[in-house]
Amino acid sequence: MTTIYIDNRPYEVAEGQNLLRACLSLGFNLPYFCWHPAMHSVGACRQCAVKQFKDENDTKGRIVMACMTPASEGTRISIDDPEAKAFRAGVIELLMVNHPHDCPVCDEGGECHLQDMTLMTGHTYRRYRFAKRTHRNQDLGPFVTHEMNRCIACYRCVRFYRDYAGGRDFDVFQWHNNVYFGRQSDGVLENEFSGNLVEVCPTGVFTDKTLARHYARKWDLQTAPSICVHCSVGCNTIPGERYGKLRRIRNRYNREVNGYFLCDRGRYGYEFVNGPQRIRRAMFCYQPETAAEPFGRLAAIERARVLLEPCQHVLGIGSPRASLEANFALWTLVGPDNFYRGVSAKECRLTDTAIDMMRSSDMPAPSLHDVERSDAVLVLGEDLTNTAPMLALAVRHSTLQREIDLTEKLHIHWWDDAAIRVALQQRRGPLFVATPAETKLDDVATHIYHGVPDDLVRFAQAIAEALTAPIRRPEGMSPDLTALVEKVAETLYLAQRPVIVSGVGCGSEELIRAAANIAKALGSAGRRPGLAFAFPECNSVGLGLLGGGSLEEACRVATTDRAAAVVVLENNLFRRVPEPQLRSLVDRSRHLIAIDHEENETTDFAEIVFPSASFAESDGTLVNYEGRAQRFFRVLVGAEETQESWRWIWELLPKEQQAAHAWESFDGIQADLAQTMPAFAPILQTSPRAVVRIVGQKIARQHARFSGRTAIHTDQDVRETPPPVDRDSPLTFSMEGYQRMVPLSIAPRQWAPGWNSPQALPRFQEELRSLQELDYRGQTLIARLPSEESGYFASLPPAFERRPDEWLLISLYHIFGAEELSVLAPAIAQLTPPPYLALHPDDADELGLDQDDEVEVKIGGQTLRLASRWNLSLARGVAGISVGLPGVPPLELPVWAGLKRVVSA
Amino acid sequence: MEAPLTRNIRPNEMPPDLKAYEKSGGYQALRKALGTMTPMEVQKEVVDSQLRGRGGAGFLTGLKWSFVPMGTESRRPKYLIVNADEMEPGTFKDRLLIEGDPHQLIEGLILSAYAIQAEIAYIFLRWAYKTAGRRLQTAIEEAQAANYLGRNILGSGYCLDVSLHTSAGRYMCGEETGLLNALEGRRAVPRAKPPYPQVCGLWGKPTVVNNVETLCNVPHIVERGATWFQRLGAGKDSGTKLFGASGRVKRPGLWELPMGTPIRDILEEYAGGMQNGYRFRGLIPGGASTDFLLETHLDTKMDFEAVTAVGSRLGTGTMIILDNRTCPVGMVANLLTFFARESCGWCTPCRDNLPWAAQTLAAIETGRGTDEDLEILAFQCRMMAPGRTFCALAPGAAEPLQSALKYFREDFQRHIDQRRCPWRQP
Repeated sequence: MTTIYIDNRPYEVAEGQNLLRACLSLGFNLPYFCWHPAMHSVGACRQCAVKQFKDENDTKGRIVMACMTPASEGTRISIDDPEAKAFRAGVIELLMVNHPHDCPVCDEGGECHLQDMTLMTGHTYRRYRFAKRTHRNQDLGPFVTHEMNRCIACYRCVRFYRDYAGGRDFDVFQWHNNVYFGRQSDGVLENEFSGNLVEVCPTGVFTDKTLARHYARKWDLQTAPSICVHCSVGCNTIPGERYGKLRRIRNRYNREVNGYFLCDRGRYGYEFVNGPQRIRRAMFCYQPETAAEPFGRLAAIERARVLLEPCQHVLGIGSPRASLEANFALWTLVGPDNFYRGVSAKECRLTDTAIDMMRSSDMPAPSLHDVERSDAVLVLGEDLTNTAPMLALAVRHSTLQREIDLTEKLHIHWWDDAAIRVALQQRRGPLFVATPAETKLDDVATHIYHGVPDDLVRFAQAIAEALTAPIRRPEGMSPDLTALVEKVAETLYLAQRPVIVSGVGCGSEELIRAAANIAKALGSAGRRPGLAFAFPECNSVGLGLLGGGSLEEACRVATTDRAAAVVVLENNLFRRVPEPQLRSLVDRSRHLIAIDHEENETTDFAEIVFPSASFAESDGTLVNYEGRAQRFFRVLVGAEETQESWRWIWELLPKEQQAAHAWESFDGIQADLAQTMPAFAPILQTSPRAVVRIVGQKIARQHARFSGRTAIHTDQDVRETPPPVDRDSPLTFSMEGYQRMVPLSIAPRQWAPGWNSPQALPRFQEELRSLQELDYRGQTLIARLPSEESGYFASLPPAFERRPDEWLLISLYHIFGAEELSVLAPAIAQLTPPPYLALHPDDADELGLDQDDEVEVKIGGQTLRLASRWNLSLARGVAGISVGLPGVPPLELPVWAGLKRVVSA
Repeated sequence: MEAPLTRNIRPNEMPPDLKAYEKSGGYQALRKALGTMTPMEVQKEVVDSQLRGRGGAGFLTGLKWSFVPMGTESRRPKYLIVNADEMEPGTFKDRLLIEGDPHQLIEGLILSAYAIQAEIAYIFLRWAYKTAGRRLQTAIEEAQAANYLGRNILGSGYCLDVSLHTSAGRYMCGEETGLLNALEGRRAVPRAKPPYPQVCGLWGKPTVVNNVETLCNVPHIVERGATWFQRLGAGKDSGTKLFGASGRVKRPGLWELPMGTPIRDILEEYAGGMQNGYRFRGLIPGGASTDFLLETHLDTKMDFEAVTAVGSRLGTGTMIILDNRTCPVGMVANLLTFFARESCGWCTPCRDNLPWAAQTLAAIETGRGTDEDLEILAFQCRMMAPGRTFCALAPGAAEPLQSALKYFREDFQRHIDQRRCPWRQP
């Protein structure tokens, strides 16, 4: 720490820190545009000018840009200096020369950094009297609206898109005051993180296109802290609601998890909450083969209780996309022996193995922040961009880490972004990507290896062996591959913070174990490697920790033991195992009760359907890929009969059990869970109890400027109705409540006086220590076991060999379309590819297949017809199937199967 | 009077080829340096000579070189870049030097590269200099064939590869760091300093960027010594300099004269004074991006300190003369239009200020000016003060404007009051 003087008062700041960050962290209002807390300084906009003085006797001083000036002992600056203030107002005046005065019709209005900064500098009157320059806008696809006339050329968009996220199809064009930020021509933005442009842009050039379709002013949105449900990373979000409709998702800063950004699936998948497939009322199916009809909430509960009461035992099918509390409620209802996880046996095995490996690792699983800071990463088998996108972004960022460390020798400050990029050029730190097919991370990888899952296992085992793990070295590896193995082993060994990222995506337990072998070998050599696994869904880890049998086991029990009733929790079983296997479970003679928020094949089969709440309408806990339990809060009150699954389940409990389980509120079920299963006790620390008040108030979900409170429901009733009661959290569905800053884990919005845009964030960062102490960080639920020296996994599968008439089918993943809920959002659906089977072009030739020709695949009694595609990165004899996309049934891959060209009649 | 830089230059004739150049004593300095001097000795000679950069900023060349990391620790390769992107309005001195004696530049380049132990050199040439490009290319090939370039030059063990790179044609490409970005194939936006190019330049490696005229001096310094070079100057600065004059003078042109030659001598003795019917009103001494000087300044010596002392800059030393029959507002409007067009669009005070200033000046010139416009122009000059913008383009653009507002204020006022340009027929 070092002492600097701001307007003659001393402050302690980190030495070498740039003065802008230092001033913002100290709570000063210093306007800026081009600086971004994750992308740092380039000095382009000249907005953060302050006056710097040589010493206390210097009265003249000179204007410097705070973002480009390091803090050193005795640095003296003035923010309030009249010349500096006049210059800052002048910069705003210049930025506003071409900026349209369209705030009243601009989607950014009310959340616009340019508006905030204009007010902050005091510029009010435009002296420019000539014609403004104008631009043609582009159609950038379903996510982002483009309005270039509003551009103030801060260069943040292009720095994010190209430099940070690795996008190639977006750039800055043209010259002088005609600079243009966009694509070479109209078209869908190709990068998976394009939605961040909306938050990165300080004004309304890039706005949320999905929000525009059901627009509401930002200050009219009711918001609450939430967690993304579209993959296992668990990014922190702030969904916004108005008139019962979810309007948009915004990033919520969490230093350890997603930081400042979200992926497009997470940002735009939310529209399923408003979809026509939502179930809003309790339904009853009078006769098999007919559609269920609304039955009335109480009648449905009564009916279900009558159904369940005489049953000897009831099978409960949980779900990896339901909260910990919902699954626990079902577990309580049916009893531990009858609770099943609702995923295939294979997925259970994979998840359990990965969790075991995490438990036996010496280090906690690395957070995204840890991955970003890693100086050597090995990706094993997982197509991260499509299965855990933000993890991919962290891995991409890690490739700069070691090189940034090196630039210190050149006396370049770590925040001097442009200088760092000049110094680094194309040099990137070590990233090894070993996957079955090409991935989007290949472009930053220092080395790439493509191989089928078994070959990846051999590769990983060879690395572990090279790191002196006492296992057999695979034989018959090519000299090139052997050299690569040596290189990976050496690089990981020499790294300060190596990370190995794998996952369940390859469908190979051996691969998970082999990845753990590498971590273990590194650990034995005195290193501290991070080991992370990507999981299939938002609560796969939570469900794995809860335990329970597989869906196939449930089916088996159902066949042998005529259990009369099945309760399915937020799960479409038809996505889990092939339909024939489900027959015994969804037998018409059995009573099937489904609790879900989306209509699907399973609810179609159900006799009684209860409308559960989506993430936006409920409180709950999700456990992410690291084992981090995080709380999400209700954003809106569910429509009609919607309520949390655990509330429905409580109502189905026998009377005497209801008394034993005091689940009147979320705190009640959480406490019950923590008591019943002490391993889950840390979840009590993920959020404050519902009784917590700040200066006697609940935290307001609605902004102080929320409009229409007294008129919002006058079409139904002229009386002002009291706000809904929230028994579950210290938040209230009202604008009457605490409005000031609270820790981000319970903050409904990121707002500070004068800072209405996402740029209010620096005001919430760790530098503001008083808030940090209060924060409820996510809690890890993975208890570490002492590592055992003998625990190496020694098995070595044979090397892949082509078969004459069969292909090895492997999984290919898609960020858009392969996840159950987000695909229901129209914007995501628009980018979902049709299902396909990918082959090496030579293999396709052999089969006489052209691109898009239909190809028939027979797997385990199922026959699929898919469009064929070429993929040069696949080995010959291997075929990839776009798993999870609508129209692709559940498959257990990898598996060998024959392919046949379909000859059209 | 000695004129080492132009001794081989015969206007409107082909330049000396390798043989002719060698005959005139060419490449002797190189033989001397490679044979008898260490790189540090070459650097020392140039430091002692007090040679200042001829691109306009006047930074001491030897001092610039001294920041390059030397020895085995240094990151490699190191680069020497010749800035031949002569885009400054009114400036055409480098063109004469390249077209008239390309081997002189190449010899200076090799010596300078040797001094900093650079392995690779680029000549970054202005797009429009087609003849210069052809002659340079021929000269490079001749030098390569004679082993003045390439592997193991003259058996000394020193190696240097030279490439000629033709710019896409932007004023910003002449800015030292903008040039580096352009050479790397990026947008020609400037880079923040520090880190300086000597440490982290082209492709992140140690790099020196020198102007053509600067490098042309180096062979003579090495051959004849620092003391000789210092004595060439007539004022505080050492050496000779190409001075030029354009505008309504009798003999517009370019002359090699001692540093510190008074403006009046150049104007009257060499340029022959004003054309008949034209009176002198002012001049900008070193390309478009310097402040106006008036009649009272004519006895100023043309060296870096003296011109700075009277409120302008020596710049490139090529003067543009304003006469009484040319509208100063129109002249400034013309210059500002150029600068507004050439702004790279990176920083606000340049990107959004210059077009506004150009529009305002055009409005005044065409009789649409208002009293408030003068305030706005003054505000705009303040916004473009050194240190407030990212690079020197905007402060340079502000120089003719701020000095015109100071010296020709009544002309601006007449435009506004009369709602027309007094120099144009009503």
